[in-house]
Amino acid sequence: MDGLSSFLASVLRLATPTLLAALGIVFSERAGIVNIGTEGMMLIGALSGVMGSFYTGSVWVGALIAMAVTLLFSMIFAFFTVVIKADQTVIGTGMNILAAGLTITVNRAVFGASTSPPKIDVFSTVKIPLLSEIPVIGPALFQQPMPVYLAFLLVPVAGFVMFRTNVGLKLRAVGENPRACDTVGISVMKVRFSAVLYSGLMAGLAGAFVSMGQMSFFTENMISGGGFIAVAAVVFGNYTPRGVMFASLTFGASRALMYRLQAASTGIPSQFALMLPYLITIVALCLVIRRSNKPTASAVPYIKE
Amino acid sequence: MEKIRVKAINGVKTVYFPVVAILVSLLIGSVVILATSQTSPLVAYESLFKGAFGNLRAFDDTLLKAIPFIFTALSFAMAKRCGIINLGAEGQFAIGALMATIVGVGMPDLPLVPHLLLTLVAGFIGGAIYGLIPALLKVQFGASELITTIMLNYIAKEIISFMVNGPIMDSASSLYPQSAPIPGSARLPAMFAGMRVHWGAIVALLAVVFYYVYLWKTKSGYELRVVGLNPNAGHYAGMNIKRSIIRSMLLAGGFAGLGGCIEIIAVQGRLMMTSFTVTYGFTGIAVALVGGNNPIGILISGVLFGGLQAGALRMQMMTDASSSVVQVIQALVILFIAGRLMFRLRTGRHLRQRTLAVPPVAMDERGEKR
Repeated sequence: MDGLSSFLASVLRLATPTLLAALGIVFSERAGIVNIGTEGMMLIGALSGVMGSFYTGSVWVGALIAMAVTLLFSMIFAFFTVVIKADQTVIGTGMNILAAGLTITVNRAVFGASTSPPKIDVFSTVKIPLLSEIPVIGPALFQQPMPVYLAFLLVPVAGFVMFRTNVGLKLRAVGENPRACDTVGISVMKVRFSAVLYSGLMAGLAGAFVSMGQMSFFTENMISGGGFIAVAAVVFGNYTPRGVMFASLTFGASRALMYRLQAASTGIPSQFALMLPYLITIVALCLVIRRSNKPTASAVPYIKE
Repeated sequence: MEKIRVKAINGVKTVYFPVVAILVSLLIGSVVILATSQTSPLVAYESLFKGAFGNLRAFDDTLLKAIPFIFTALSFAMAKRCGIINLGAEGQFAIGALMATIVGVGMPDLPLVPHLLLTLVAGFIGGAIYGLIPALLKVQFGASELITTIMLNYIAKEIISFMVNGPIMDSASSLYPQSAPIPGSARLPAMFAGMRVHWGAIVALLAVVFYYVYLWKTKSGYELRVVGLNPNAGHYAGMNIKRSIIRSMLLAGGFAGLGGCIEIIAVQGRLMMTSFTVTYGFTGIAVALVGGNNPIGILISGVLFGGLQAGALRMQMMTDASSSVVQVIQALVILFIAGRLMFRLRTGRHLRQRTLAVPPVAMDERGEKR
């Protein structure tokens, strides 16, 4: 039973960065912007979080700094895709390379290339009273670092905003038919720009959780595909917050399984275990055939007549 | 006279954006150098330039480093011409290198010419098959190649790690995770005595020629380009969109695989865990964009980025500026080339013209009409 409980706990923890980032991406996707640059934004969040925590001594200030810095960074993406109307995938790729280069350069300059990682304040486990006493489920679900609770609590909030508020309606309309929105006086550019900034903010928090929740330091290219997996989670989750949650849990489970396979002496070479999350992502993308929630104007720049 | 004038204007236009993009990127890069090191950007760039084009030895190194980039750029460009974003050159490059190593090391008794040819073919096929996977997933299941190609890059990394730690690990020196050295019969030699640039440069040139001839002089290449420009038009003209996608990715993967093969049999000599620390695939994207996906453009920008790579190492050696600054510069070049409209001298009109020329196309991921 302990094994099951700790497996569940690790599924939740490993799903969290994907879920946090994907809850941002789902908004930018709904507005018609494919944010392939999430990978790089998470890297920026991971490093700026560690730096913030290192200099202020507080993991929460670190996380806030990560979100602020990543928000600023995502402005570059928003500028090129929304204002300049450049190819979103190419800009996203450029952003990822930019983030990789910047984080490596800054990390080397601040912490040095080969010294041991600095000691920083990281997210600690928070026990929820009473609930964490429930057998099996308690330790799995209610003994987690704060951002885990936050990520899962944000799911219904995001769903409410997207489907029950004016803001959500505007957002979805802009992704479906930007021209019509423009005609009735909704600023397509404003909606898309803010959606991208929000996805940047969330990617920053997601990155900070990778470097300060799952790890306690920054390493070069430490996101290793996590941002792309978050984009895939949005597609697999059919562009709704609830779907995104189940997709993130699936991918989290595949990572948890990966660590189990690596630890257990199953005779399976560790490399095959390490492939698992990537393989599962590909399989998941192949399973979503012809689902209908993809915005019509996805990845199409809107140019005023 | 008029013709020459038009040609001159067009020539300036083609060069204008890349040059501006590179200059602005270097400028921003100098800010990064200022912020993260004790070195003056001018000193850093001077050593970078010297390391790239300073003397014959530096230029030799530049050409050497340009060869793999030309292949991965052709890979990105070939797919892009068909409207596919191939972010998987990284993995295709690695699998090409792996196949070349298997054939190179596995058949040591073959004579020189057939062995070399067989190895090159193996590299091409390895990359092509690895490029075929995302193409099939796209046309069969509608899986976006943006994600699948990236995932396949990470999978390729694990495949390489598994192979050099197990099946193809060098039995003579079982301490290091690496393959046995490639025998002489499968090695591409240097072109000139005393220089490092090798016959792979000629293979790269031939690949560029093939790219040009296939896309602009054959029917199937023409179809591929039409599908890339406007899938609707291709569809109405009775073209098989799926077939074009598969062809473009086969060739794209093949180019990258050939590049990986050549990098192993001409430069590195054996497959190692550290064989792919340079991001060959992603630099190829920058090369293709700067070269405008044109054959000549790719050659020129390939040499340019080879120079950046060669110069970065010297810069890191001579100053305390990190070589990763070059990665920043490459990324900025990608952003500014893709967002080149911001450098337009007259704004406003061109945007409207662009929309009218290419209406938004409603296609699903499998290349079928909605």
